[in-house]
Amino acid sequence: MSAITTPFPGAGSLPYRGKVAMASLIFAESAIFTIFVVAYLFYVGKSLTGPTPQEVLETPIFFTICLLSSSLTVHFAGKSLERGKQGAFLILWSLTILLGGLFLYGTGREWHRLIYEHGLTISTNLFGTTYYSLVGLHAFHVTAGLVMLGIVLMFALAGRVGADQFRRVDVLALYWHFVDAVWVVVFTVVYILGR
Amino acid sequence: MSSDAMAIRNVEIESRPWVETLHGWLTTVDHKRLGILYILYALFFLVVGGLEATIIRIQLMRPHNDFVSPQVFNRMFTMHGTTMIFFVAIPVLFGFANYLVPLMIGARDMAFPRLNAFSFWLTALGGFLLYFSFLGGSGLYGAGNAPDIGWWAYAPLTSRAFSPGHSSDYWTISLLVAGFGSIGTAINLIATILSMRCPGMKLSRMPLLVWLNLIMAGMVILAISPLTAAQIMLAIDRYLGGHFFDTQSGGSATLWMHFFWIFGHPEVYVLVIPAFAFVSEIIPVFSRKPIFGYPVMVGATVCIGFVSLSVWAHHMFTIGMNSYANSFFAITTMAVGVPTGIKIFNWLGTMWGGRIQFKTPMLFCIAFLFQFLIAGLTGVMLGSAPFNWQLSGSYFVVAHFHYVIVGGILFALFAAFYYWYPKVTGRMLSESLGKLHFWLFLIGFHFTFDVMHVPGLLGMPRRIYTYEPGRGWDTLNFIVTIGAFIQGIAILVFVWNLIVSYWKGDKAGNDPWDAWTLEWSVSSPPPEYNFGSIPVVASRRPLWDLKHPEDPDSSYE
Amino acid sequence: MRRTNNPIIRSGIQTFALLLCSLATAAAKTASSSTGLTNIFAPESTPAKTIFNLSVFVLIITAIIFVVVLTLLVYSVTKFRGNAGNADREPAQVYGSTQIELAWTIIPILIVVVLFLATARVIHAVQDAPQPPGAVEVTAIGHQFWWEFRYPELGIVTANELHIPVSDPTHPTPTFLKLLSADTDHSFWIPQLAGKTDLIPNHPNSMWMDPHRTGVFLGQCAQYCGTQHAKMLLRVSVDTPEDFGAWARAQQRPAIQDEKVAAGRRVFEMTACINCHAVGGSAANGRFGPDLTHLMSRETIASGAAENTKANLRLWIQKPDAIKPGSLMPAMQLSDSDLDALVSYLETLR
Repeated sequence: MSAITTPFPGAGSLPYRGKVAMASLIFAESAIFTIFVVAYLFYVGKSLTGPTPQEVLETPIFFTICLLSSSLTVHFAGKSLERGKQGAFLILWSLTILLGGLFLYGTGREWHRLIYEHGLTISTNLFGTTYYSLVGLHAFHVTAGLVMLGIVLMFALAGRVGADQFRRVDVLALYWHFVDAVWVVVFTVVYILGR
Repeated sequence: MSSDAMAIRNVEIESRPWVETLHGWLTTVDHKRLGILYILYALFFLVVGGLEATIIRIQLMRPHNDFVSPQVFNRMFTMHGTTMIFFVAIPVLFGFANYLVPLMIGARDMAFPRLNAFSFWLTALGGFLLYFSFLGGSGLYGAGNAPDIGWWAYAPLTSRAFSPGHSSDYWTISLLVAGFGSIGTAINLIATILSMRCPGMKLSRMPLLVWLNLIMAGMVILAISPLTAAQIMLAIDRYLGGHFFDTQSGGSATLWMHFFWIFGHPEVYVLVIPAFAFVSEIIPVFSRKPIFGYPVMVGATVCIGFVSLSVWAHHMFTIGMNSYANSFFAITTMAVGVPTGIKIFNWLGTMWGGRIQFKTPMLFCIAFLFQFLIAGLTGVMLGSAPFNWQLSGSYFVVAHFHYVIVGGILFALFAAFYYWYPKVTGRMLSESLGKLHFWLFLIGFHFTFDVMHVPGLLGMPRRIYTYEPGRGWDTLNFIVTIGAFIQGIAILVFVWNLIVSYWKGDKAGNDPWDAWTLEWSVSSPPPEYNFGSIPVVASRRPLWDLKHPEDPDSSYE
Repeated sequence: MRRTNNPIIRSGIQTFALLLCSLATAAAKTASSSTGLTNIFAPESTPAKTIFNLSVFVLIITAIIFVVVLTLLVYSVTKFRGNAGNADREPAQVYGSTQIELAWTIIPILIVVVLFLATARVIHAVQDAPQPPGAVEVTAIGHQFWWEFRYPELGIVTANELHIPVSDPTHPTPTFLKLLSADTDHSFWIPQLAGKTDLIPNHPNSMWMDPHRTGVFLGQCAQYCGTQHAKMLLRVSVDTPEDFGAWARAQQRPAIQDEKVAAGRRVFEMTACINCHAVGGSAANGRFGPDLTHLMSRETIASGAAENTKANLRLWIQKPDAIKPGSLMPAMQLSDSDLDALVSYLETLR
């Protein structure tokens, strides 16, 4: 141990702790989603009664495109912020929130149709239980993401988010990408494999 | 400089009103204080869990005893298991990790101090919720009260039909909350270890305690989440009419078992790996040699981490899986014994050729080696599926896992207490009280848990509030109970030592054990900011390099 | 043997002695074995014997490992003691050795392979054993807190006490059980006859046993199933083929109709008894509780919680919590005269 002190530890050679933390959180959340996916796949075709996926599910193509596009917009929003282009950042960031909100609206609309037109609730049968749990867990994470995106938007509108905050905004964008990736899996499991 | 800091600090403390001190502790984000809070919290619940165990043992002292009713007994073993795992073992290990990891890597605090505090208080809330169940669970048939579903909460016993009232909900929700706290701390540990190391501290120069806590944190991330998911599913079943584990609607009771044990098995490695960490720091210092085979120790632990994710159904050998599944889990279970055995050999290799000092921390480590060896071997027996068909669900299993958790983990924890108490408080724990604690606890432990294997071999199942006379279990159970009382006395000696030494113990100084890692370079207790200037290291044992400039480790690594 | 002052060695020896004593006690109990013992090391049936042989193999290997490692440990703490003489000199700082690491990696792997092969062989031998034509078939259904046994081919329904024929190794007549559950998880465990297998709702399991001698074998539920898990006892009577045939024929008969206890039978049929219990050849057809058609052919009641005596029977009906608190049998709130009549009736159900 020498007497020479350095300005701060790592001096850029160690990873950014925000990224590490978010990556760890993503691992944990992936494990949770994996268990729900396993339960979903395990119970495919095992419901004793009630509507089946083939009978009632409609593939939400449009809203999926919305959500996946929001990954693109959030990515470019981050890039804009890094380059100091405030205006482009605000527009793309708001677009992300809008697209995410559209996705949630789509989920809500689908649930409304399933419940009121087809009588499928979480307690109807195994399909109902696993479907609402899995899609609902994902929608909950979308909602939490939108809240956080909204908070950042508020700070940005107040002029507090500049190129210096890029790293932190990037951490949140990573979360948003995760939410989209989970949707790819959920979509495949529920609307393609499970039918 | 350190004694001045202590003098300044003592003056500050003496002149502050106690409310301010309390407020300081309640709102702290300092990793050292949070570490101490975790540890004190765990010690409190250790006593509570121990009382629950004592009630169990008094009831089982004689056949057909009526010390407590079956309902109370079933709550006791449920609460004992749940408390000890979630509100003693996890908090105390997180507490030590919190305190030591930043110091050992030359950092000033954890990566996210506020998340650290939040995680602690979540865990604390979980414990409070679980125990509130004694007062708050209301429902039909007086079926409220503490949970009585066993700490694994098998379905469908946990369904509304078989567990009316709210007792099972207290189990579910308190652990859900505590689980979020654990995940928070694990994320913090990973970010701290990867991003906050001092200059020169490459991954290959981190103390083994830091490496092992990194692996443990990674396992928490992967293992606690399945329990969280399963508990959400159970809550959906109980409250929203879901059918995840509802066998009447085609649901599967075994699905809960899989999900629970996918958590449950890695969880016990989460508990034992920090114990390995303590032993890996203490044995070298008291053998006066570096750890034998540092890279192998890291590699073996990484192996254990991965393989332990694939063994979970050895808790389910009797549920009727087909012979191929049973064979798969048998071999993975036996395989995980290989890296574990390698670690035991490496510890022996560290002691070999050393100059062993038999201070209290080392006594506990030697007992750990002896007992962990036995625990591992009974684990191999349990991993052999057909043998398991006789042994599972019996007192043999109870003896095995207590051998691991008490004989292994708790002994390693005691070693850690005696080793690091001087650093935390600035005082040495009494060696004579320490030796008394050690011998009493050793004798009590062996009375209880050696003998406990035998009723299992003689057919005594677990989780029974009473048993028939004439099966050969009577005297054995009596001896087991006596050992429990001896252990209780030993714990009292330990707690007394902790308290008395705080005021009367010898002053410790920076480095009472002549050790080699960074925490021994600062004062005891460390200043709030840990390091005056961030250290720069050139080897795994920076203090050895300082003390032996003619023969530094950096020449060999 | 040289006396040693080293505290570590002394404690090690004390512990070892204690362990040996415990094992010796267990062994002694085994040696004096009689019916009523549930010792896994006194197998009396092929699955239990196969498991026993494997367990001895595993025990020998683990014992050898234990002795080797313990020797190394004891040697280390005695030979490499620090003392006042060498306290100020640090020993040679050895960092590791690749050859040694390889050695103590490869040898354990080989041990694991051997253990696994032995284990896999027994897994298949027990689990995948085919059912021979002469086998007796029993369906066991676990309830909170009693066992229902049905012999589908013989048309028998009984509870808690299982009768099966002894199996001659030259002409085996094993019993194959199908395991179901009506409520929560249970586990069927008769240590001397077989390893345990769980009864899980919506998850049928199967197991088999072929006892090699007659006698009574005990066991109990081995998976926590609720309040009275502890008193969900099992009793297996292994009979000669003739005795088993006689028992089966007696069980197949409908309930004995004895006019002297008509009053008691009326009490049985008019109170809530028939909601839960069945008596063959009468109006009683409840399935929630044990079938009582041949109640008096059993040694115990309440799944082993009490001996089948008149006094216990009376107490059980009047106040089940006195025998098995938390069982699902309700206290029937009968008057004394009704209760006496009812017990007299039940005593005729042989």
